[in-house]
Amino acid sequence: MKKLSISVFALAGALIVGPAHAQDMPKVDAKRLEEVTKAMWPKTPEGWEKRISFDETQAICSQYRNDLPQAEFDKVKARELATVKFPADGKVLGDWKAGQRAANNGRGGTFTDKPMTNGGNCYACHQMDRFELSYGTLGPSLVNYGKDRKFAPEEAKAAYAKIYNSMSVLPCSTMPRFGYHGFLTEQQLKDLTALLFDPESPVNK
Amino acid sequence: MRVFMALAMSVTLGAGFAHAQQAIDTEKELEKYRQMMSDPMSNPGFLNVDRGEVLWAQKRGAKNVSLEGCDLGEGPGKLEGAYAKLPRFFADTGKVMDLEQRLKHCMDTIQGLDTADIVKRRFGRVGQTSDMEDLVAFIANKSSGMKFSVPLSHPKEKEAFAIGQELFFRRSDFQDFSCATCHAEESKRIRLQALPQLNKPGKDAQATMGSWPTYRVSQSQTRTMQHRLWDCYRQMRSPEPVYLSEGLTALTLYLVKQAEGGEIQVPSIKR
Ligand code: HEC
Ligand code: HEC
Repeated sequence: MKKLSISVFALAGALIVGPAHAQDMPKVDAKRLEEVTKAMWPKTPEGWEKRISFDETQAICSQYRNDLPQAEFDKVKARELATVKFPADGKVLGDWKAGQRAANNGRGGTFTDKPMTNGGNCYACHQMDRFELSYGTLGPSLVNYGKDRKFAPEEAKAAYAKIYNSMSVLPCSTMPRFGYHGFLTEQQLKDLTALLFDPESPVNK
Repeated sequence: MRVFMALAMSVTLGAGFAHAQQAIDTEKELEKYRQMMSDPMSNPGFLNVDRGEVLWAQKRGAKNVSLEGCDLGEGPGKLEGAYAKLPRFFADTGKVMDLEQRLKHCMDTIQGLDTADIVKRRFGRVGQTSDMEDLVAFIANKSSGMKFSVPLSHPKEKEAFAIGQELFFRRSDFQDFSCATCHAEESKRIRLQALPQLNKPGKDAQATMGSWPTYRVSQSQTRTMQHRLWDCYRQMRSPEPVYLSEGLTALTLYLVKQAEGGEIQVPSIKR
């Protein structure tokens, strides 16, 4: 994660260098890149204000190809940690059955989708249980997640925080920041945490 | 072929699916596939090639001329091997252009054609063909059996590659996705779909880029790289990117560079 490659040292100020062919490739400055992306998306579609973002964390993760030097890593982690909001009632466990539906649902949020409740799409990247064979491999298997952690309440709280903002644990994680962006609702986050931590959930069977 | 394997796999694993219907649908799709793969001439993508050939030679637009005077980089009217060297820099516009941008430029300047209509019909659907998809299928097919070669000899081409690379790693919007999220590791998959690694030169990039344009069975349409990138930005939960924008061409050049040396066989047929 924090290995410093040559290309990282070449990153001076706003100048960005790609790692491959860096010697003979021109530098693209942030302004030029902004101009290009502005032309790709000249206006914000109605209702998309909260969906569009290129925040400080996204910018630095892009710039360093998700491989931050230690100082930046610590800075991002602190910043993301500060965004995590736990439920007001202090309960992080909802209904695992609803959680399983949310984990299986990969719909919602695209420019061809009608307004709907977004799915968490966890199976796209994770094996969650032994019974669903259609799962992706971008993330680690979560089979027995709660059981392996002895269903400890503080572990469940940590998992809620992870799903709320993956980067509060691992800056530049591949996993979307579901709560931070408001992509999933608080209830969905609770249900998903229950999917991982309820002893009756297929995850722990 | 990779896609084909993913499909075959989903069928073998079908029994464990949460919804049996899913397995049945996959089986049906696969059967359709098998039939088409066994006979390349039944690939509906070749209908686009035939229509594209007609469109290329047809006198149209305010100037009532054909596209035959259009220079795709190899000289006016020269089609053989042109697609294998695109996107590239064109001195007359001072820009790096992909095939679709270049075709639109020729329609505008040579033919005086109403390209607003062409752009409106950029993606074919039931009851509406796309001139662009037809022309790209026809022209790309003239590079079948040839290898991609984009030496990036012009500074603007180098710049476009570098921009494409930045865009590939650019994380944005409310799922924090970039192309690299799904295409920067070997042998990964999302659900059961295999993900090609596209951030380095090699077989994955070659097999991928050498098979576009492609007839997509799931959409019953022949699609170009412009559409594939549109579809990936859709999956990324980004807003719709502007068709023929500079960024899409830069990304395409980045991808073609990773595919350099890869053989083109198009139109192919895919899921
Ligand atoms: C785009 C892929 C992707 C999606 C979608 C995704 N994750 Fe992840 N997730 C990852 C990756 C990669 C990791 C490992 C790196 C990390 O810890 O951030 C991970 C890590 C985790 C962890 C920590 C695992 C550990 O080692 O303790 C949990 C818990 C988790 N994910 C839950 C979820 C849940 C619940 C969902 C659905 C709401 C989800 N993930 C959706 C990619 C994804
Ligand atoms: C959330 C995951 C995801 C992201 C992010 C993503 N893609 Fe894809 N991409 C896919 C999937 C799934 C496929 C279909 C693979 C298949 O059919 O085998 C695909 C297919 C492709 C293909 C065609 C592959 C082939 O073999 O024909 C290309 C090219 C591609 N993506 C490029 C990109 C680019 C460029 C970006 C960034 C703009 C991007 N993708 C972002 C998931 C993603």
